[in-house]
Amino acid sequence: MSALDLAAIEPGFAEPTLDAQAAFRAALQALSRPGALVHCERAAFALCLALLDHDTRVWLSPGAAQLAPSLRFHTGCPLVERPQDADFLLVASPSELPELHTLAGGSDEAPHRSATLIVEVPHLRDDGGWKLSGPGIRTAARLRVAGLDAAFATQWLANRERFPRGVDLFLCCGSRLCGLPRTTVLET
Amino acid sequence: MLHVVDSHQASRKEWLGLLARAPLEMLEASARDLAIPFAWLRRPETGLVMVRARAGGSGEKFNLGEMTITRCALRLEGGASGVAYVQGRSHRKAELAALADARLQSGCARTRELVERVRAHLAGEALRMQRKAQATRVEFFTLAREAGE
Repeated sequence: MSALDLAAIEPGFAEPTLDAQAAFRAALQALSRPGALVHCERAAFALCLALLDHDTRVWLSPGAAQLAPSLRFHTGCPLVERPQDADFLLVASPSELPELHTLAGGSDEAPHRSATLIVEVPHLRDDGGWKLSGPGIRTAARLRVAGLDAAFATQWLANRERFPRGVDLFLCCGSRLCGLPRTTVLET
Repeated sequence: MLHVVDSHQASRKEWLGLLARAPLEMLEASARDLAIPFAWLRRPETGLVMVRARAGGSGEKFNLGEMTITRCALRLEGGASGVAYVQGRSHRKAELAALADARLQSGCARTRELVERVRAHLAGEALRMQRKAQATRVEFFTLAREAGE
């Protein structure tokens, strides 16, 4: 990444401080209330702008590769070739999701050193579909995600069994955002 | 961290340098009659850069000191993008320099004139400073001791 083509660069936050705070707040809200839909403009890109910096290694799925110049320009984050080396993974569609068990899950002493996935999904609704339970959910929450199938549910179960290790997920659909932390139990 | 590749890299490098050193008033004067709508890629932000130097042109590199700069990037509605890294904390100056950079890339003749005016102005300033320094020049010389008494 030596040359940077400005023509390919997405505009950053209009108000860098306030918008980054709002995006961070949305991320916090989404992870503390799994399954709840949180509003966040340009959710996936806003999360990247708010969370990435020089110290976060990022992997982009093939469909998200066109965002590389923008992310390099705005955040200065290093990009990695292999998903298992990344702290953050930006995935353009559910079909490009890497196997969760191959990703950095942290260690028992430092479970926070695990990967966080930001996944753009085509549809995200909270009426029907999966039944979610766990910390942050009073009784049960529903979540319908297009593109994530039973195979994902199996992977998620395995991810939960690694606790305290494991990865956390942000599901983004346009300006809607939903958190799926490793503590959440997912029933199909 | 910012590398821009285009066919007139040499001249762009030069005009970016001239715009960065141009006085704000000159940039303001030319901006008044060339208002083009644009969108920010990166709003002006002020920070520090480490200036490195080499003593005597051949010595080891060393960190001379930190310098305040303001940078920004924007895109004109026509499509050209401009960047600016200017000394100091003036957001307005960074904005105007980036606008001029974008216009120069789309071949704006009036902005070329601005660059030439800036070049002449800076050359004049350099000359003035040289004269001022020359006026205080002290010639040291040693009188030869009178030979044998």
